[in-house]
Amino acid sequence: MNCGKCKTKAVISLPRHNAAFCKGCFTTFVHEQVARAIKSFKMFTPEDRILVAVSGGKDSLALWHILLTLGYRADALYVNLGIGGYSEESHRKVRHYADTVAAAHGAKLMVHVVEQEAGAGIRELATVLHRPTCSTCGTIKRYQFNRAAVEQDYDVMATGHNLDDEAARLLGNVLHWQDEYLDKQGPTLPASVEGFAKKVKPLCRLSEREIAAYAVVNRIDYIVEECPMAKGSKMILYKEVLNRLETESPGTKQRFYWGFLEKQDKPDVPKESMAEKDQRTLHPCQSCGQPTTADTCSYCKMMAKAKTATPR
Amino acid sequence: MLIQLSHPQRQVEIKGPKRTKDVLRELNLVIEAHLVIRGDELVTEDEMLADADQIEIRPVISGGV
Ligand code: SF4
Ligand SMILES: [Zn+2]
Ligand SMILES: [Zn+2]
Repeated sequence: MNCGKCKTKAVISLPRHNAAFCKGCFTTFVHEQVARAIKSFKMFTPEDRILVAVSGGKDSLALWHILLTLGYRADALYVNLGIGGYSEESHRKVRHYADTVAAAHGAKLMVHVVEQEAGAGIRELATVLHRPTCSTCGTIKRYQFNRAAVEQDYDVMATGHNLDDEAARLLGNVLHWQDEYLDKQGPTLPASVEGFAKKVKPLCRLSEREIAAYAVVNRIDYIVEECPMAKGSKMILYKEVLNRLETESPGTKQRFYWGFLEKQDKPDVPKESMAEKDQRTLHPCQSCGQPTTADTCSYCKMMAKAKTATPR
Repeated sequence: MLIQLSHPQRQVEIKGPKRTKDVLRELNLVIEAHLVIRGDELVTEDEMLADADQIEIRPVISGGV
């Protein structure tokens, strides 16, 4: 398989875009997708100071890397959750990237260690508070990232949420008709009140697989191992279901999520009801009198054809 | 060929030569959720993998909220 642009050997094929790319052209493709998201969702400008929420995983490190490569002013915050070996390893990966790559761009890494402030890691805290670990974790991370962004005057906070994350979350919200959450699913959330940072998701046009491929191609050393608390999560189930659909019909995920964003974007035009539309478009069939949009209904056409056709 | 898998970490041996997509199918893995890496380079689904190749199949799905 060859690159569709320069005809050298391809390293990845993207069925949803009907394309295949070599390393260089794939990197360009990823940068273009991010630049497009930043522009079309009015995320930030080159003057803005950006705070990237990093976890050591592929998405957030790739995001930091892309923003720095594109010339944006992006610092990062890492929250060490105190989940044994997983936290140690992810912390090491983030530190390594900050020292070997980000520092050369003049970008800095900040770290918040949960254990230092709360006296225990996230799992112990969750037990004491009788709350699920992931919701405890979510509250702490949201708080710390927002606080750092506001207190240190960053213009915007960026997270590594990708197309799969957003499509899976949308599926979950739709399955449970959680309308109130649908509002918050856009790739740009404004700073609605004082003390709330503006939040953006510049990777929303890229799939999880594309981002992992970008990290491999650009030699970004991220933690492949998952947070042990993610095991058996609903999000993973939704993603698996969506990936099966995607394999059968490429483009399903983006049509689902982008289609939702487009609908959300359109101001509510008064819609014609189904009955109104029927009254406008349907009239009796010339031949049988049943309602149809054509002169002769499709049943009558079919029967007429069947009668004239010569049997084999 | 020796194939390195994650979640959980394990190794499997598969007889080559074989196309990437057939190796994935044999292991019951969805392309959309995995990357195939030979040495330290990505390979596409139509690539032939040989017995002497060092292969890693890396999952790309992550959970969390
Ligand atoms: S899986 Fe749960 S505990 Fe682990 S990082 Fe994600 S939200 Fe936090
Ligand atoms: Zn190319
Ligand atoms: Zn408070």
